[in-house]
Amino acid sequence: MFLINCPYCGERDQSEFSAGGEAHIMRPKQPTELSDDQWAEFLFMRKNIKGVQFERWNHAHGCRKWFNMVRDTSNDKIHAVYKMGEKPPSK
Amino acid sequence: MTKNLRTTNSKFIDQTSRISFKFDGKKLYGFKGDTLASALLANNIHLVGRSFKYHRPRGIMACGSEEPNAIVQVGNDASMTEPNTRATEIELYEGLEASSQNCWPSVNFDVGAVNNFFSPLIPAAFYYKTFMWPSNFWKLYEYFIRKSAGLGKSPTEPDKDIYDHRYLHCDVLVVGGGISGIIAAKIAAKNNLNTVLIDDKNILGGTTLFQENECFKINNSYSNEWLKKEIETLKSLENLTIKTRTSLAAYHSYNYLLAKENLTDHLDINEKKDKIRQRLWKIRAKKVIIATGAMERPLIFNNNDKPGIILSSSIKKYIDYYGVKCGQKVSLFTNNDSAYETAISLNNSGVIVNSVVDIRDKTNSLIVKQAEKLGIKIHWKSSVVNTNGYKKINSIEIMKLSDDGNAVVGKKTKEECDCLGISGGWTPRVHLFTQSGGKLKFRDEDNVFLPDKSGLDQISIGSCNGDFELDLVIKNSVSSTNKFLKVNNNYYENLEIITSKEIDKKNIWLLPSDKPLGKTKSFLDFQNDSTANDIKLALREGFKSIEHVKRYTTTGMATDQGKLSNMHALGIIAETAGVKMGELGTTTFRPPYTPLTFGAIVGRNVGEFFDITRRTPIHDWHVENKAEFENVGQWKRAWYYPIDNENMHEAVQRESKAARDSAGILDASTLGKIDIQGSDASEFLNRVYTNAWSKLEIGKCRYGLMLNEDGMVYDDGVTTRLSENHYLMTTTTGGAANVLSKLEDYLQTEWPELDVYLTSVTDQYGTISVCGPNSKKILSKVIPDLDLSDKEFPHMSFKNALIDNIKCRVMRISFTGEHSYEINIQSSYAKSVWEKCYEAGKEFNITPYGTETMHLLRAEKGFIIAGQDTDGTMTPVDLQMNWIISKKKYDFIGKRSLYRSDTIREDRKQLVGLLTDDPNEVLEEGAQIVAEKNKQPIEMLGHVTSSYFSPNLNKSIALAIVKNGKKMKGQKLFVPMENKTINVTITDTVFLDKENKRLNA
Repeated sequence: MFLINCPYCGERDQSEFSAGGEAHIMRPKQPTELSDDQWAEFLFMRKNIKGVQFERWNHAHGCRKWFNMVRDTSNDKIHAVYKMGEKPPSK
Repeated sequence: MTKNLRTTNSKFIDQTSRISFKFDGKKLYGFKGDTLASALLANNIHLVGRSFKYHRPRGIMACGSEEPNAIVQVGNDASMTEPNTRATEIELYEGLEASSQNCWPSVNFDVGAVNNFFSPLIPAAFYYKTFMWPSNFWKLYEYFIRKSAGLGKSPTEPDKDIYDHRYLHCDVLVVGGGISGIIAAKIAAKNNLNTVLIDDKNILGGTTLFQENECFKINNSYSNEWLKKEIETLKSLENLTIKTRTSLAAYHSYNYLLAKENLTDHLDINEKKDKIRQRLWKIRAKKVIIATGAMERPLIFNNNDKPGIILSSSIKKYIDYYGVKCGQKVSLFTNNDSAYETAISLNNSGVIVNSVVDIRDKTNSLIVKQAEKLGIKIHWKSSVVNTNGYKKINSIEIMKLSDDGNAVVGKKTKEECDCLGISGGWTPRVHLFTQSGGKLKFRDEDNVFLPDKSGLDQISIGSCNGDFELDLVIKNSVSSTNKFLKVNNNYYENLEIITSKEIDKKNIWLLPSDKPLGKTKSFLDFQNDSTANDIKLALREGFKSIEHVKRYTTTGMATDQGKLSNMHALGIIAETAGVKMGELGTTTFRPPYTPLTFGAIVGRNVGEFFDITRRTPIHDWHVENKAEFENVGQWKRAWYYPIDNENMHEAVQRESKAARDSAGILDASTLGKIDIQGSDASEFLNRVYTNAWSKLEIGKCRYGLMLNEDGMVYDDGVTTRLSENHYLMTTTTGGAANVLSKLEDYLQTEWPELDVYLTSVTDQYGTISVCGPNSKKILSKVIPDLDLSDKEFPHMSFKNALIDNIKCRVMRISFTGEHSYEINIQSSYAKSVWEKCYEAGKEFNITPYGTETMHLLRAEKGFIIAGQDTDGTMTPVDLQMNWIISKKKYDFIGKRSLYRSDTIREDRKQLVGLLTDDPNEVLEEGAQIVAEKNKQPIEMLGHVTSSYFSPNLNKSIALAIVKNGKKMKGQKLFVPMENKTINVTITDTVFLDKENKRLNA
């Protein structure tokens, strides 16, 4: 059970949060101009890394804010949390 | 014939307070401080159960949570009885009733024992191999296997006990109140750290608490006396919380731990009442110190499972702590020095020690020399090759070991005894460490797995970290704790410690026998009855991975999770396969460390607290008017309102007819309501709905369809423009929370530039829907000031109004196809407004209707229910709702997906109407639809999603999704049922009032 440092509320139990998949996948600004393949890439393709992964999390039972997290999936170590729109930390 | 098996010198047993209890129906006595196991032993009862597979007689073998045999059923009340509890962990209380498990008719005469004679026919994985075929016989087999397997009985009625959950936060959590845990807790608390020390026993002290031996002294006093003073100091420390009777069940990542505290299990039966029985602590600790100690290993030799064969350290605890003699003439069998401590303790208490059988060559450690000085006989370089006795051991057979230790040689000697103590060395309790994700390393010298790397802020100290000698335990516990907590202290400097040091070590995982292996019964896992032979068989059959061998032989899979057996299984596999144990690794230790009761796991979340129940503000009216309710998510919704013993069908037919003939009233408060405000609110709606919103006038309502990014219908509902930058969105009842979080997600992450704020107002408003040809007349009575003319208040528009000076919003929208109004009003007034409408409608026979009638009425109109007629694979095109997809909008959620190669396929499943040839035949929802009658295999074209008998059309109607259905209008299809085939025709989805005349009727 992780202890997650919500960038708005501070350290809270994992049960207050929900995970939202891979981070930094921008919704295309011109979807209509994309080919089927390009759209499918955005729609379906997600990484499932063993190791350091950038993820979206939501403090669903708290401030309801979305934020990003850098987590090592092999040992669940959280390396960083940062607000939406902020630059991801380099590895 | 009761022998006196009690000594008088135990400091931990109160021999002045006698306790009566029952075991297998027989009334027995023990003392305050006893466990059930110690009290049974004091009554000379060793035989307490039968083994799982062979039904061999089994006795108490240990004194703690690792006990494999003495698992008993406690209590005989249908709601309170508890199976699989360890007699060694049950504190004796007045009125305790316990009984043996896995035996019939009794533990002394067990019919199942016949399995023991057939044991050559029941090898490892017997069940897997035998009952595999013929596969359809499994149902039969299972019935009999279930009856003969299983340990104990489950309660048949709900648990009456109360359980509790609590959170606990601390700087340092110390797990284990033995000597190292006590040292660590003192250091932590003295350094101003908020510290919690937990131990599963009723008092602190571990095994040092009763270690009164010349060979173990600290500052010139016995180690137990020194420790007692330390415990006294602990109790006065302010920063320290001590929790006894609390066992750590699980150690998760981020130092999140679960511990179970027993609050009443030790109390007399009449003191337990109305108290919380067990509490589950959810602990978040900044730092964790594991000091869980070690457990003694058994030795693996022929017939090593008879009652009276007990771990040597347990015999020591029974005599030194409980003052109970496990036998009058005891033999000991060991591969290390610790059995000599037992020999000395027994000797000091006047028990005859026959001899110590030691597999090692002669060794000269302090403790061995002391034993020799007391005249205790030692058989060096020898092994026990067999034991005799059926329900209790009566003798052992000893032979010399060959030089390489692989065989026994020479003459067999027989030694009479009534108890055999066995010691196969020590296994550090690394379970919690590995549960937390820690990796182990192997120490070859004494064959132990030790904590190595961990990603968490934790350390292991004392014997769970591989320190087995008193001076090392103290020295290393102090230095490790200081380093871990980054503190300095001098509480434990300059201690003068005397300890016996083990000089010679030797280990043989499977001791040799004078008989071939196949003729021996050398048990590894006592509870699951797996033998050394079973392990070797598994290896011969090609199993290599330890995880596979475990599952195939079930070694380590019983309720004790193989606490005693795992190391030997690994040892024998490594030896047989010729690999190093360190490379083989261990099986995974999973939580809980000791079994948890279901009560402790669920805590207070039982009965009405199991889940949240949401009730509308009008709920009480529905109850008073005898509504039947249905669960919709967490909501209780009025389903139908039966009158005079009507069944559901009759009630729904009456309600549906009344709503169309005159007037109906529905509680729609559960619909999700989201308040949307901000200067970009219109643009936001444009992006989330498929249709256009920019031109919606203030005061007007519009139906919207929301897709997922994959183009599939997600939710729908009517949204009203309240003012320039203010909308009220309604969602489906079940989808409300998900829609809100989806919208928030887009707002926060994709479109942060939009000035939009979302607030859930579902609970703040009650919604009353009045429909039917007379709804206008009813509303004009309730709100006389409101102009209800079609010109002023047309369909799909909204007005602010006052009812008795209370503000409300009235929408003229319809989910039934009738002329209808929805009144939204602050929840606290909803019931009175409902009653007002009902009163005003009486002259028009206003009929309250529930969800079932609502579903029927909308189906007559072909309106979909997202989640019933759609299932996450339906696009708006599939629903024949092309009209709602804006062609002008550049983008909305899911738009691009509507022309992916798969979504533009013509032959997708599409929503259609179905009419049965026999108008009285009502289809079953979920029924499959086919085109041909007698073909096999038959192609499934789709299924029925909604189906009702319409009282207004006087025929059966249905909605269905059918492959390529759009083009099949008028076509005949079939719905095959279990005992008939129903003929149907594909139709339009709208069955009633295709011209929408009724809306303005």
